Amino acid sequence: MAGKILLEVVTPERQLLSQQVDEVIAPGSEGEFGVLPGHCHFLSTLRIGELRYRIDGQTHSMAVLWGFAEVTPTKVTVMAEIAEKAEDIDVERATVKVAEAERRLQAGGLPSEVKEAQISLEKARLRKKIAERTRKTGHA
Amino acid sequence: MYVRRKEEGDWEQSRGPFSSERMPSLQSLRRKIAAFKNTQKITKAMKMVAAAKLKRSQDRILSARPYAHKMRGVLSNLSRRVNRSSHPLLQKREGKRIEVLVVTSDRGLCGGFNGNIVRKSSEFVRQCESRGLQVNLSIIGRKGRDYFRRRSWPIRQEWTGIFDKLSFEHAIDIGGDLTDNFVKGTFDELYVVYNEFKSAIQQRVIVEKLFPVDAQVEFGAAQMEGTTSGSYLYEPDEAELLNALVPKHFQVQAYRILLESAAAEHGARMAAMDGATRNAGQLIKKVTLYYNKTRQAAITKELMDIVGGAEALK
Repeated sequence: MAGKILLEVVTPERQLLSQQVDEVIAPGSEGEFGVLPGHCHFLSTLRIGELRYRIDGQTHSMAVLWGFAEVTPTKVTVMAEIAEKAEDIDVERATVKVAEAERRLQAGGLPSEVKEAQISLEKARLRKKIAERTRKTGHA
Repeated sequence: MYVRRKEEGDWEQSRGPFSSERMPSLQSLRRKIAAFKNTQKITKAMKMVAAAKLKRSQDRILSARPYAHKMRGVLSNLSRRVNRSSHPLLQKREGKRIEVLVVTSDRGLCGGFNGNIVRKSSEFVRQCESRGLQVNLSIIGRKGRDYFRRRSWPIRQEWTGIFDKLSFEHAIDIGGDLTDNFVKGTFDELYVVYNEFKSAIQQRVIVEKLFPVDAQVEFGAAQMEGTTSGSYLYEPDEAELLNALVPKHFQVQAYRILLESAAAEHGARMAAMDGATRNAGQLIKKVTLYYNKTRQAAITKELMDIVGGAEALK
């Protein structure tokens, strides 16, 4: 193992994480990408998705909603609009949100409304998925 | 602590707070004391309010800073790698038109907060003008606007009354205006003058260059390494990425600057009101002492009159 790589996750609200990790898997807008220490320089936009990182064989995960990731050989900087660690997500609330978004999607309406509903459904599903998995296994 | 030395000296020499009058009436002294007490109550209340607001705005700026700084890091990194002409907002123009964004507060009674900003900005503008540059101002905050308008400086744009309910929307608005005008060519360089929040009792006036984006060197080792190791991968392609990233950067920086200024303002106001409360306390003490002395003197005089009168009757 060529050592570790520093993962930093920041949102406009706060710095969520700054930690040495073994591996990062991030939801790039063109598909997921994995980063190991010594990765080449890379800059990507992110979509709504799950960010996973491994520390000493333990995988952790968090939900990231849009943003950017800058990768250098020693550091991954994730700047997300919203980011939540799996253990911080409220499953009940996520479940409610999923139902709500589905209902809104069913109701239809203006194209912009439908789009919005789709996005919020996607967000809510992601949250729910991550949170439930974390619940079950104790860790992600 | 803030003490007005000169006044205090005058105080001691003269017979009291009303040196113009020979002997102030007891009633006028009582009124004076009551007035000072009222003032003190107000300043105390303002201090409390400022302290509460400071706490909130302090939390906001401290948590927003890492994001803004990372963003700046990424962008300055990027600006060194990509072709500057590939995005209108990254262009570097040899230009003579400068804009200075002055960030002041909407309200006064916050010590040197606005004064420092205004002084620094004027100084900066004069400096630029002496180099033959053409300077325009845009202003955030009522205080700065009033000041510069009274002196009829050229103000291009102003935003007032935003600090009561500061949100990211304001930053989008301001950032949008600035980026539009940069692209249009209204100005070639933009500097921001604002108060940085250092601690609850300390602010620092900062002059920061926002346009065009400069490649910074301050990020040290990781970046030096970056410059040597050649190419950069972009996903999606470079143009699209820049389109998403660059306007965002200016909004985030505008937001950070607004938050810095808001937190600094509350800090400054709290310190100023703390000083004012203490000064009022001192004044009250002095006038009360003088009041008591005067009262004693009057009583003694009256007694002497009575005794004297009684003596005379004997």
